[in-house]
Amino acid sequence: MPMNDSWQTAEIPGPVKASRIIKPEIADALIRRARRPVIIVGHGILEYEVEGRKLIDSIIELARKGEIPVVATASTNREFMDRGFAPAAILPAVDIANRLKDHEWKGLDGKGNYDLAIFVGLPYSMEWTILSGLKHFAPALKTITLDCVYQPNAGWSFPNSTIKDWAASVKGIVDHLGE
Amino acid sequence: MGRKGVNIKIGELLSDLAHFRDLSITVGSVNADTWAEPMGPTPFPSLTSFRNWDRVLLNRYKPFYLPFCDLCCLCTYGKCDLTGNKRGACGISMAAQQSRTVLITACIGAATHCSHARELLTHLLETFGRDLPIDLGGTNIEVEAPLIRLVCGIKPEVLGDLEQVLDYCENQVTQLLAVTHTGQEGDALDFESKVLHAGTIDLVGMEVADIAQVSALGFPKADADSPLADLGMGTVDTTRPVILVIGHNVPPSAAIIDYLRAEDLLTGVEVTGICCTAIDMTRYSAKAKIIGPISWQLRYIRSGVPDVIVIDEQCIRADTILEAKAIHAPLIATSEKNCLGLPDRTLDSPDAIVDDFVSGKETGALILDPDKVGEVAARTAIAVSKTRKRSGTLPTREELIALAKKCTQCVLCRRGCPNDLPIPQAIKAAGQGDLSGLDELYDDCVGCGRCESACPQGLAVHSLIVSAAERRIREERYTIRTGRGAIQDIEIREVGGPIVLGEIPGVVAFVGCANFPRGAREVAEMSMEFARRRYIVCTSGCSAISAGMHRDEEGKTAYERYPGSFEAGGIVNVGSCVANAHIAGAAVKIASIFAKRPLRGNYEEIADYVHNRVGAVGVAWGAMSQKAASIAAGFWRLGIPVVVGPHGTKYRRLLLGRADQDEGWYVYDARTGEKVYGGPVPEHLFFAAETKEEAMVMVAKLTMRPNDTSKGRAIKLTNYIDLHKRLIGGMPDDIHRLVRTHADIPVTMKSAIETILAEKGWDEREIPDPTLLAHMVRKTKV
Repeated sequence: MPMNDSWQTAEIPGPVKASRIIKPEIADALIRRARRPVIIVGHGILEYEVEGRKLIDSIIELARKGEIPVVATASTNREFMDRGFAPAAILPAVDIANRLKDHEWKGLDGKGNYDLAIFVGLPYSMEWTILSGLKHFAPALKTITLDCVYQPNAGWSFPNSTIKDWAASVKGIVDHLGE
Repeated sequence: MGRKGVNIKIGELLSDLAHFRDLSITVGSVNADTWAEPMGPTPFPSLTSFRNWDRVLLNRYKPFYLPFCDLCCLCTYGKCDLTGNKRGACGISMAAQQSRTVLITACIGAATHCSHARELLTHLLETFGRDLPIDLGGTNIEVEAPLIRLVCGIKPEVLGDLEQVLDYCENQVTQLLAVTHTGQEGDALDFESKVLHAGTIDLVGMEVADIAQVSALGFPKADADSPLADLGMGTVDTTRPVILVIGHNVPPSAAIIDYLRAEDLLTGVEVTGICCTAIDMTRYSAKAKIIGPISWQLRYIRSGVPDVIVIDEQCIRADTILEAKAIHAPLIATSEKNCLGLPDRTLDSPDAIVDDFVSGKETGALILDPDKVGEVAARTAIAVSKTRKRSGTLPTREELIALAKKCTQCVLCRRGCPNDLPIPQAIKAAGQGDLSGLDELYDDCVGCGRCESACPQGLAVHSLIVSAAERRIREERYTIRTGRGAIQDIEIREVGGPIVLGEIPGVVAFVGCANFPRGAREVAEMSMEFARRRYIVCTSGCSAISAGMHRDEEGKTAYERYPGSFEAGGIVNVGSCVANAHIAGAAVKIASIFAKRPLRGNYEEIADYVHNRVGAVGVAWGAMSQKAASIAAGFWRLGIPVVVGPHGTKYRRLLLGRADQDEGWYVYDARTGEKVYGGPVPEHLFFAAETKEEAMVMVAKLTMRPNDTSKGRAIKLTNYIDLHKRLIGGMPDDIHRLVRTHADIPVTMKSAIETILAEKGWDEREIPDPTLLAHMVRKTKV
């Protein structure tokens, strides 16, 4: 499988395309360097489980270790609630993206907009278009997607990966962040 | 009203000037206005007539552009890279390019509906004459054409009056399309304003089409008890000859039924249909059967059941000719807009065409005469059904397993699937004899066939899915209430007050195509949930079909469970795509009939009324087409929000409000002229939901209006909060923005909400008499 082609074969953007996260340290460095990161978690995260561990648990760990606010979209919130984790906000994906685009937005805590948005778990084509909107109209915002497929409109994206490799990479990011 | 193209013939005229014999004069148009209502400010509006109103809306609901392509390739300067703040060789920005593309899309949609209306009207005028009265429901319908009255300022009385309306629409669509030429418009918001104008024209064109066919073809006339028709592949009696019609323009299908009826063959032949032609065919005769929405084309044809396939226009697969050939079913094309390379047999005798089909000499023909289509299709179906082997192209179980073993697990099928369905895993299991995975995909598959185009092994992946779901297909036996057409004036009078005051929580219209993110059942589930909650639910087009393709726990379809009347708890199938005009028309009629606002050429005032008072929301859950875009645009300009599924972000922009910015939600209080905070309602004008659950919660919120009474707002809040707690989890965090007074708080949630309000530092505020138009203020203070 080509690693840095769009997962949806025909959804070809460019000229500007996402850099690949070829090892967890890259994402880790991006997150560490961010002053105000935020994680946007879509309902697709609930579909993934590797060796008995749901990927949403890794995201919760990432958020806790990095002290990163989480925005839960759609019905993702229910899973967070079941795990005793409170997202910073529940907002539709298009609403949080529309706010991130606004450089004057004060953020969820009133302290200013974010400089890094980490996306995971949105439907592929919806995340593709939302990241496109941010690529073109939010120049000050860096974006990463932690999905297991290549999202060319992000600033940084994993290449197309197997679920097992992807889960290992996410775990690697979480582990590094805790060091 | 005025008459277009009046012919005057005088046998002999003796005057001082001359002596004329057999004098014939044709006058372009004659104004003979019999409508007493004074003309409003904007009859036959131009591209800029509502620019100010559009700016009011677009300032509140700013476009959020989501480029689907980073380049422009519309002229030979290009391709131009518009990434970020770059501009193209013509100077255009990315924002303007996106809105330009939206305008092109909306123009295609509006042109398609207007062209459909023209083809239909021309045929009906030839058949029934200009003077056929427009009759949408006898004395139950006095406002027969609310959109034409509103936009054009005329009151059509007979079929011929509609020509003038279409002349106007065609003129506007041409001008709108010209706007998209290189070097014309350059401002994104001006493009957007024109998108809204395309939507307005689209609504008028659709109204022309549906009121013409309802008046002329004996469709149900605003009948809440219109008959139920069979729906689903399992309803077809395959021992009989079977005709399949696909498309939107009903005259050829009606002619098939006419022929069969005249020959006393109607009960012996199955007339089945897909998409809007099917809906309109059941309005013509409830004995016809609907197979499914557009996504059922491949699966039904490949079943081999249809003996003859008749296509007209719109949403028909471009490869239908190949699919028809594969099952040895003759194909008849009937529209100048969709000839498919077929030989034109319009002037040939039916005998000759039927002979060529039956002998196999010809596999398809273009026939541009509906009556001839009726005869040829019926006779051919009867003849070929006696000899044709109905095996179709679907593999048997054994063949399926053998084919599945050829799969190399390259995953290109999944990467081609719009819904990212786990096809490779299902095929792998099938290769091991387990068909359950493929069977489960059937419900979620949108039937596009991209998986097959992607497969390097040449596997007919879609056929594998359909074959595995053989049992489900046999059980596809549902019902649909045939499209009723308009909403009666008396219904509007009865529900107008409760809707405007908010006591009926809202009108939710499920419209549009079948590009659903997780299958058609989600439309059925949503429509039944809102009907159960006492909303008025309207359906149309493929969504009307999908709404019927599900049974509840008692085994009833939506149309068997809920009444077809425009009342709380009703599920109202208005008809095909063009019948969407009746849904917009109902909102307009609430302003006109219930609130007695002047209608004639008075667009802005009516739109302002609808936006601030009528809690209507459109849901195009599987919106796919350009027509869906133009339909939505027509609703946006009336201030009615539209929710689409996740694929809807591909329409390149959303129109989103910012609830967190109070300054965007001020309205004039028409009583005092003061600008007051009206709250973020409705919060968005065009919103894409990620899941069905998110859509349902958003729909409940988007039905709120500044004008809601406290009782009404409490009912709407109850539904919003209840759905949020159940589907999203927990209390919504924007309650303080939606509660205006203590009386708004639902009694059953009083304690919890008051706690939230106290935490947020909430203050009570007055409920305004809301308007966004300064000139609607009764006491001039602005």
